[in-house]
Formats: sequence, structure tokens, C-alpha cells
Amino acid sequence: MDFRFSPEEENFRQEVAAFLKKEGPKEWHKRKVSFFDMSGQENWIAVHRDMSRKLGAKGWLSLHWPKEYGGKELSPFYRLILREELAKYHCPGYHSLSVDFVAPAILLKGSDELKKRFLPGIASGEVMWCEGLSEPGHGSDLAAIETFAKEDGDFYVVNGQKIWTTYAHFADWMFLLARTDRNAERNYRGLTFFLVDMKTPGITVNPIINMAGHHDFNEVFLDDVRIPKENIVDAVNKGWYVAMSVLDNERTSDLGYAIAGTLLDDIIEGAKEMDMLNARNKIRMAELYTECEIARLTHYHVTWMLSQGKPLDYYAAICKLLGFEAIQHVAEFGLEVFKNYGILSDHSPLAPLYGRISSCYLRSFGHSMEAGTSEMDRDVIAQRGMGLPRLR
Amino acid sequence: MDFGLNEQQEMMQTLAKDFLTAEYPDKVLKAMVKDELGYTPELWKKMAQTNLLGLSLPEEYGGVGDFLDLVVVLEEMGRVCYLGPYFSTVVLGGSLIASAGSNEQKQKYLPGIAAGKTIFTLALTESLNDYTTSGVKLKATAQGDSYILNGKKIFVTDVQTANYAVCAARTRKGITLFIVDLTIAGITVNPYQTAAGDKQGEIIFKDVKVLAEDILGEVDNGWDYIVKTLQKANVARCAEMVGMAAQALELALDYAKERNAFGHPIGAFQSIQHRFADMKMDIDGARFLMYQAAWKINESLDAAKETAMAKAFVSQACKRVMHSAHQIFGAIGFTEDHILHYYTKRARAYEFSFGGPDEQLAKLVDIVV
Repeated sequence: MDFRFSPEEENFRQEVAAFLKKEGPKEWHKRKVSFFDMSGQENWIAVHRDMSRKLGAKGWLSLHWPKEYGGKELSPFYRLILREELAKYHCPGYHSLSVDFVAPAILLKGSDELKKRFLPGIASGEVMWCEGLSEPGHGSDLAAIETFAKEDGDFYVVNGQKIWTTYAHFADWMFLLARTDRNAERNYRGLTFFLVDMKTPGITVNPIINMAGHHDFNEVFLDDVRIPKENIVDAVNKGWYVAMSVLDNERTSDLGYAIAGTLLDDIIEGAKEMDMLNARNKIRMAELYTECEIARLTHYHVTWMLSQGKPLDYYAAICKLLGFEAIQHVAEFGLEVFKNYGILSDHSPLAPLYGRISSCYLRSFGHSMEAGTSEMDRDVIAQRGMGLPRLR
Repeated sequence: MDFGLNEQQEMMQTLAKDFLTAEYPDKVLKAMVKDELGYTPELWKKMAQTNLLGLSLPEEYGGVGDFLDLVVVLEEMGRVCYLGPYFSTVVLGGSLIASAGSNEQKQKYLPGIAAGKTIFTLALTESLNDYTTSGVKLKATAQGDSYILNGKKIFVTDVQTANYAVCAARTRKGITLFIVDLTIAGITVNPYQTAAGDKQGEIIFKDVKVLAEDILGEVDNGWDYIVKTLQKANVARCAEMVGMAAQALELALDYAKERNAFGHPIGAFQSIQHRFADMKMDIDGARFLMYQAAWKINESLDAAKETAMAKAFVSQACKRVMHSAHQIFGAIGFTEDHILHYYTKRARAYEFSFGGPDEQLAKLVDIVV
């Protein structure tokens, strides 16, 4: 048992902190922009892309990849440290959809050719990805998706619709789950995982604005979109397993606890300045501090399991649930601390913390839905983790 | 970063599990709760022979292992809802003497503790709201080579069985610790009747004469040892509560898999499954916090914050798990015959010992806000 980082890991943390202080967007640091609140910032896509390239140039987007594909083969704790520091510095540029969702899937299930084609662009921070999983009517029940890919010579021709496609409006590529067999015995056995160039004719992206007023989501229409067969990850009708590995990565990638913890620190600092802390919310603050600590240790535990090559199993679901619910609870607390000021618009000059209280609170409604709802996570924990039977 | 148990800890875990499974079945627990003393000398002797009583004490005085080993064993004790003067003797008395005692005192008491001949406790609490120096009012007045103790200690664990108590008393310029033989003149022990059957009581000191050689640590400087001991005590209670909660979860899980309603095991219903998921997360989180605090204590690092977080959360999480287990068991878990209420009651008693969530959160506010 040891709850310390190694000296090498501590050195890496120092290195990242020094780099971010020098190269991170100062304005974002000052405004304390949260990872999930980036799209509220003007010109954010350019800033995000710029930082992504800088992180890529340091080799920090492929820290634990095999050396063969440009990685450093470091333990997953390095990635965690990088993301903790990014959260602390309120720094964008870590496009987890590329780095932590699709890259591990390609590494795990992709052909050598796919690895050579796609990993360098992700490692350099140049190419950004979006995720084509959910459809209208099929979110939690993902295996029932209807978007269909029909074989046609060396291609598959795709027709259908995806929704809640975060960042599709600027992504270069999309990973797409589509049905290739409508007669499969079990619906999840008829799915295939494709890599799609967003410039392919037939793709239409329409914005969906969330209740915080920000543009993250989109709906994506696919009309006779032709995808070459070599862009299939693993094999035809094996896409479900690729998608599941993506989801497990997704559930352990974004450090909910670090985002929540940074927000909590910011709230306390702002509340002290405005003299808004009372006895009741001091106690609540201590509880939230503890909640973030548990989410942190849970994430460290999962990262340790990864570093030992142990299967994550349902721990990925626990990790996501605790981290993301911690953000919700902290955001809710922020509103309660700042009261009337907290619920001012994020554009109001009177809004505390540059308007982040209301915008983080409103954005946080999505946290118990994205990457699997909290209800689905609890199903996974109970069924996969504790062996409780499924009701059919 | 390493979340695994080492070989020694795994060995202690197996040893404790095997020992307690054999020696502490439900019927022993039920008998001990009813029993006036809550322990049998026979079992105590066996625990000594199994090396459990010397855990975390220095090797030269018959001890073995460190605080993390002790915590691993306490978690197993929680699983069987063990009742007996183990916590009082090893976690409170033993560790205080090991950390503050002179060589003579260590030689006099520690081998006896490890061999199962001496039972210790700590006489500290006088006010439940005040675990600071100001809470200690019991007076020790110097008189020649001795001190005269007058006052009252409440909620002393295992007063029924303890041979000695370490007593925190107010001296001229601070707090001084005394090792008090509980059979000497002027001491009155009044056992409490507790809902959980755990053994506690009060000690009244009336002109109790203690020799200066029985001072533990330095005159007026006893409080620092108490602070460290309170941290150990709270983390140890957390370890027991984690074990208790884990066992309650396991019992409820077995039940939910076999108890049928509407043609399905009740564990197939989502309302029950989500309860279980929450219980599982509560226990995992509790265990992480507990081990982090225990590890810090074991490494002699400052563990004030980690201990406060652990005790505040673990006791609340343990309560939630017990309440959920009751709901899952339904009416059968509400009966006196059922084992579950032994865990529920004890969990609540441990929650409040040495400062409950209110006190811990207040401490945490002082540290982090």
C-alpha cells in the first residue's frame, strides 16, 4: 500500500505545471474556465486546437502508448497527472475523444495499417475526433441503433442519424457504430465500428444548443456516406466490443474529481472574497471536499488497476459516476453559496467567477447522462459487479 | 501508488479471517452481547496464541507487525461484528504505552498485553462535544511522590474488563497521562447499559493516589499522545465499520439473489439493484479513505485531515449500508433473531465513539476552509 506518486511522477508533474504556466492560455487561467465549460469562451475552438498541438509536440498525448507508435510506454499515472494539472491550470487542448476514446480502441482492436494511419495524427494533437454512437431513440439502449451500413464493393454505404455528437461541428474524423446485419440473433452482434472522414460527401452536421446556451452537441445526418472497407476497426459485426472498450475508456478518461475539486477551490476563494461563506455551507464544503477525495482515490485505484494490467470491469462505471456526480454536487453548491449572484447569466459583469457558477451548474445537468447515464452505471455495478440477475 | 496488500498484510488477513470464522460464529456474538463482560478468557488466550494481541506493538516486547497489519485485522473483526476488549487493549492502551512509555513501563505492560494477561483501556472523555484539551477537567494534584486524582470519565470502553486505564488528567500546566490500576482504592466503575451490547461505562475517581512513576510520557505534555491515539482510534473504528458494512452487504446480496417476488429474485429489480450499487460505492469509498488515513499514520505522516474525512464519511456510509440492508431484508431483518441488527446497532455506537461526523466535519472545516 502506498498513496504517494513516485519521484519520477512528481518530476513530471513539475514539468507539466511549468509548461502550462508558460504556454497555457493565460486568459483562460485567469477566468478559471472549466474543462466542460470551454465552449462558453469566445474563439475557443482555435485555442483548443492550438493547445492540443502544443501538448502533442511535447509527446504528452501518447504517454502510455507503445513506443512502436510513438508512445513513451509510461504508466497511466502520467496521463492522470497531466490531466490533473490541466484541470488545475484551467487549460484546454486535451481532446479526450481522440486521445482517450478512439486511440485506445484502435490500439486494442485496429489493424496495423489503421494504427499507422491514424495514431500519428492523434499523438500530434492535429486531428480531432467525434463520437458517432447515440441515435434518436437509442442512447442507453445503444445495441438497438438503426443507422445502417450496406456493403457495396470495396465500400460500405451508410444511411441514418446520430445525435448528441459532441464537437462534430469541428471534428476531422468520427468513429461510427452502424448496423451491418439486421438479422443477427442478438442485436449487438450485427454492429460494425467504422472510422469516417467528416469531409466525406453526405454528412450534414446541425448544432444543438444545450441549456447552458453553449454549442457542444450536434445531430449528424448520414446520407449515402461511402466508407472504404479498410476503415473498419476489428471486423464486420464485431463493432459492439470495440464500442464497449471505447465506453470503458470514456468512463475513466475525464477526471471528474479534478474538475470538481478545482471548481470547489475556486468557489471557496470567490466566496471568501465576497464574504458569502456561512456556517452551514462550510460544513457542506467539508462534505464535498470528502466526496471529491473519494472520487480521486477511486480514480487512482482504477489507474492503478490499469497499470497492473487488471481488467477494469465495472470499476470504470464507478469511476465515471462518482467523478461526474461530484461535479454536479459542487456546481449545485456554488449556486447555493452565491445565491442571487450565482444565478445571474454567465455574461453578466456582476456574476461571480466570470459567470462560471451558473454556466457550470447548467452544464452539469449533462454529467449524469453523458458516457452512460448514472442509472446505466448503477445497472452495470449491480449486474456486472455484484452478479445480480438481469430482468428480461 | 499501490492499492494492493503486501504479503504480510495478506497473511494477517487470512489468519484473522480463518481464526474468526472458526472462533466467532453468530452464536458466540449473540452470547457475548448478552454477557456482562463481553469476552471469554479462553478466546482471549487463543487470540494471544495467534499473535493477534501483540499487533502493531514493538517486537522486543512481544509485538508483531505494524498499524496497517492491525487495520487489516480490524476489518476482519468488523466482518464478524467481534465484541471484546481488543480495541481498548491494543489500539488504545497498547499503542499509548508503546509511543509514550518509558522502557520500564513498556517492559512492565506490553508483554502482558501481547500474552493476553493484561487488559487496558483509555479514560479520556468527559464531554462528548469536546475532544480538545479543554474537555479534560479531571484533576491531578501533586502530593509528594504521588498525584491525587479527582473527577469522572464517561464512555470508557471495556471498563468491565480492563485491569488498567490510561487516564488523561489536568495538571498544573497541561494534560498528564497516568497509568491507573483499576482495582485500587477510590475508583468506582459504573457500567452502562448499551443498545448495542458493547461494553462501556464511567469511572469515578475519588482521591485516587497514583505514583509519579505511573506517569505516561512527560508531566503536562500528554496531549500530543492523545491526539495521535485519537487518530488511530478513529481509523481503527473506521476499519471495523468497513468490515461490518461489507458483511451486511454480502448478507443482503445473498438474500436478494434467492428471495423471490413476482416470479423473480428481488435482486433483479432495478430499485434493489441501485440500492446495491450505492452500497458498493459507499463501501469502496469508505475503504479507500480508511486505508489512506491508516497508511499516513503508519508512515508517521500528518493524518489529521485524512482521519477526519475517513471517520466522517465511513460512519455515514456504514449507516446508509445498514439501513439499506434492513430494507432489502424486509421484515425478517427487523426481528431479534436475525443477525443484522447486531451490526446496525454496533455501527451506530462506533460512529459516535471518539467524535462522530459532526465533530469530524468541524475539524475538517478548520483544516481546509
